[in-house]
Amino acid sequence: MAASQEEVTLLGVTGSAFVCRVQIALKLKGVEYKYVEENLGNKSDLLLKYNPVYKKVPVFVHNEKPIPESLVIVEYIDETWKHNPILPSDPYQRALARFWSKFIDDRVVGAAWKAVYTVDEEEREKNVEESFEALQFLENELKDKKFFGGEEFGLVDIAAVYIAFWIPIFQEIGGLELFTSENFPKLYKWSQEFVNHPVVKESLPPRDPVFAFLKRRYESLSASK
Amino acid sequence: MAKEYGEVQLFGVGGSPYARRVRIALEMKGVQYTYFEEDLRNKSDLLLKYNPVHKKVPVLVHNGKPLAESLVILEYIDDTWGNHPILPQQPYDRALAQFWSRFIDDKCLPAITKAAFTANKEERDNSAEESLEALQFLENELKHKFFGGETIGLVDIAAGFIAFWLPAIEEAVGLKLLSCEKFPKLHKWGQEFTNHPVVKENLPPRDKLVGFFKARYASITASK
Repeated sequence: MAASQEEVTLLGVTGSAFVCRVQIALKLKGVEYKYVEENLGNKSDLLLKYNPVYKKVPVFVHNEKPIPESLVIVEYIDETWKHNPILPSDPYQRALARFWSKFIDDRVVGAAWKAVYTVDEEEREKNVEESFEALQFLENELKDKKFFGGEEFGLVDIAAVYIAFWIPIFQEIGGLELFTSENFPKLYKWSQEFVNHPVVKESLPPRDPVFAFLKRRYESLSASK
Repeated sequence: MAKEYGEVQLFGVGGSPYARRVRIALEMKGVQYTYFEEDLRNKSDLLLKYNPVHKKVPVLVHNGKPLAESLVILEYIDDTWGNHPILPQQPYDRALAQFWSRFIDDKCLPAITKAAFTANKEERDNSAEESLEALQFLENELKHKFFGGETIGLVDIAAGFIAFWLPAIEEAVGLKLLSCEKFPKLHKWGQEFTNHPVVKENLPPRDKLVGFFKARYASITASK
């Protein structure tokens, strides 16, 4: 739908929830882009040039102007391609969307990972509790909406893809019963709606290779005990 | 020029750089607001009601609707009151402003805080290294009088900690990070920022801040 010749590139790795967020946004907007698969064990010169601060993926490049940080990228995409909006137009609702997506990054992502990928049992338990508390806030925030964004998914839903797709994988690997329909009925239902949404389904990585990779990582962690 | 602001309330703490950010933005835009000073050891019911998730300041309440997290609040203020914009117009420049202000909160401030207020010397030294690296990125990014160009913007307001709180910390604990030899542009920016007419009115008293940091340092190093 671009009027002019646009050069859009995404540097990422398959299996990254943060890269996936950007891919969902691009798919929603129907933006054609070039995808570059990075090797994080051997980062390309391009990645180091485009994200010297964090040296991480995703990095989004539009007409040779790079942007790192998934949530910043998603907002930029929303402002640049205006159809199928991701953020609400009302300033207060926009602020809430930013608040909750930041909340996911600050309080869910780290804790959920450490709830499985921590050797020390006490530390692990602490993270399970923190994850539980954080998910509870989201459960309450969702209320009876289909998506956090309302009838259509928005910024918070996109940020929460981590919860919908990645947390269930960690749980299975670590034998953890954290994100279940008993504990979080609304959030669980939301996750099923979200991963089955056509735009999201097409943007998610294939589950098996991601599972295998994360399982190997888990095993090497316990082996080093 | 009467403007309809509605009812605006701000819950903050005098020494908090995050609360001061919000005050600077409101005052730049000439928004009338009521300020409530919180006691963080005895948080008010209102604060707990308005920010149940983090229970922290600042909290902005506009016509009864609460918002927490200073950067979220700053963007809301800019979206709501269009005069004296603090974010750029162009999407790419806005994205960069968001990136750098989050960098300040995610990398700079935690590193600086740990470089001063950690009991373990090795950790302190590592954090000092990280702080210098972070400050270097900002030094390289600064191309005009302010991060926002000729006027202060989101990144300047976020970086207020570096302009005012960091020198106070340095004095309190005997640390030197923001030297004008290593960071000439940032050092000069700090002075321009703290002398800006709106900012100047919105900084806490320096000696009280230094005293607060001295006490904090003493309690951490005493428990070795």
